[in-house]
Amino acid sequence: MASVILPAGQMDSSESRPGRFGVYGGRYVPETLMAALVELEHEYDLAKNDAAFQAELAGLLKDYAGRPTPLYFAKRLTEQLGGARIYLKREDLLHTGAHKINNALGQGLLAKRMGKKRIIAETGAGQHGVATATVCALLGLECVVYMGDVDMARQELNVLRMRLLGAEVRGVSAGSKTLKDAISEAMRDWVTNVRTTYYLLGSALGAHPYPTMVRDFHRCIGREIKEQILEKEGQLPTAVIACVGGGSNAIGAFYEFIPERQVRLIGVEAGGRGTALGQHAARFSGGSPGVLQGTYSYVLQDENGQIALTHSVSAGLDYASIGPEHAALHDSGRAEYVSQDDAAALDAVVRLARTEGILPALESAHAVAEALKMAPTMAAHDILVVNLSGRGDKDMGILARELKL
Amino acid sequence: MAIRFDHKPGLVVYLTAGDPSLDATREIAIAAIDAGADVIELGVPFSDPLADGPVIQRAMERAVARKTRLKDVLALAGEIRAARPQAGLVIFTYLNPILRFGMSKFADDAAAGGADGVLVTDLIVEEAASYLAEMQRVGLAPIFLAAPTSPDERLEAIAAHSKGFIYAISRVGITGTQQSLTGDAAALVGRIREISERQGRTLPVAVGFGISNSEHVAQVGRFADAAVVGSAIVELIERTTAEGGAETAPGAVARFIKGLCLPEAALAR
Repeated sequence: MASVILPAGQMDSSESRPGRFGVYGGRYVPETLMAALVELEHEYDLAKNDAAFQAELAGLLKDYAGRPTPLYFAKRLTEQLGGARIYLKREDLLHTGAHKINNALGQGLLAKRMGKKRIIAETGAGQHGVATATVCALLGLECVVYMGDVDMARQELNVLRMRLLGAEVRGVSAGSKTLKDAISEAMRDWVTNVRTTYYLLGSALGAHPYPTMVRDFHRCIGREIKEQILEKEGQLPTAVIACVGGGSNAIGAFYEFIPERQVRLIGVEAGGRGTALGQHAARFSGGSPGVLQGTYSYVLQDENGQIALTHSVSAGLDYASIGPEHAALHDSGRAEYVSQDDAAALDAVVRLARTEGILPALESAHAVAEALKMAPTMAAHDILVVNLSGRGDKDMGILARELKL
Repeated sequence: MAIRFDHKPGLVVYLTAGDPSLDATREIAIAAIDAGADVIELGVPFSDPLADGPVIQRAMERAVARKTRLKDVLALAGEIRAARPQAGLVIFTYLNPILRFGMSKFADDAAAGGADGVLVTDLIVEEAASYLAEMQRVGLAPIFLAAPTSPDERLEAIAAHSKGFIYAISRVGITGTQQSLTGDAAALVGRIREISERQGRTLPVAVGFGISNSEHVAQVGRFADAAVVGSAIVELIERTTAEGGAETAPGAVARFIKGLCLPEAALAR
């Protein structure tokens, strides 16, 4: 009998199996992709333990992407709010303008190591698409990026950047025309071209090994925060706050602190414009466990298991499911998940821009909004670290319209 | 009331349930069985069908918009079973609607409705333990997909756990029609047969994805037990419904199916 056969009666959700976070995660894909996922898992294991691979990645993260990123004390904002001391982890200063480059470099090198010449990716806000197009240019790989039509319109600047970098951007007109539909279309491409193509998934989502691998490539965020805050403050933060779409920047910021029980981990989902299904992307308050696009996690769905439409002013948070490791952190209570709505995110953009001269991405602004709410209720010796996952230049069109600039 | 292919090649017909309506799907299924389909696969509409090409995506979008629920598809299976007791009936679905419905309740209702088997597109053998236990409990055949990319050790697991038939995917890719069959299909079926024989089982093998005309069916008949026709029929239903209304679809599908099952001699003309 083959090794993949389960003993009768064993639950599918056994926590000891690789790719499981508690009961969440796993591999729910068409059979055609299984060989590719198994190969990817194996190749990633080899690369992870290959000193040459790690050295090449570390070199690129340092000299090409700009790591380590600063941990900046937001003095004026702290003074204005009159509570906890607020630090910003400046992932927005990375090359291409967001944390996404960490993972794109890691997987790009892995794809090259595997001998794949064609890269596909999905993108919501366009930051992962730009990061992937950038890495493909750097490594001389063909690049196709799937992006929902709605997102192409609202993040046009990033579409143009991808094209300039030599990537082909394919619009997706199905469903809600946003991130979810871009992932489905990328998976269809992968199923069709699986023998030649590497799928460079941009969030801690999808089938095993993606959630683990993407998290590993972003772990540097939390590691740096820990080292930097200990150096600056001599103590760990009271809380680490990050926005959560699929959840890659958040898991990267959180992971190092999971064993540090005194550090609160706070994920901020998109509250959109209301609490009715379809008006937000708050998976924990409005969703329930289900399977979408390869993984078992919380999903916004109707009573018949159809995936719900979502809304957020930020394309990067506008997604019906959430990375499975976040689902496990939610259920165990180790991380807390809250939401901030469109209006609060827009206010946070303006507040940070005018107080600190930093223009955050609308996604990251959700985390800033949570800090604005929390800080005044906390003591002066408390420390909040906000992961500023990206910069807001890409959002100027939306901001001009929403803020009537 | 069983999955049987008495003549070769057998014919499996996929229909997206609820497109253009549940009543229409019932009439089309009955017409298809009368025209020679051995097995009907009733596709459960899902909002995010990532293994499907444009034709079935559009059909699912229409059926979801009409609020076709898993529960309705199971009731439809019961109606088809009552009308045509001899045909094989398979519920073809993505996993999430089942999870939402409840795996146990799904198994009970599918069996009570008269289904013979279930195929879950995005459920691989490794994740299927509780599903397999439920299928076993109610006596439904779990049908797994085998892909040209599946290595032998995966085919062993797929063959060992499948009942009814094994669904061999003719090529890498999503559902949809194609001009000609690649060599992938025959090679895959050959590997499955060899592995099945070693396991001492003789499960029929059906080949699907891209089978759209009588030449494809005849070609499949040379190495497999049955051909699965999906997108070509779903597209025909879409076209005839748009042109002549839903009531013209059963007749069109019946004529199409009769044309698919021509004896090989007639093709050699």
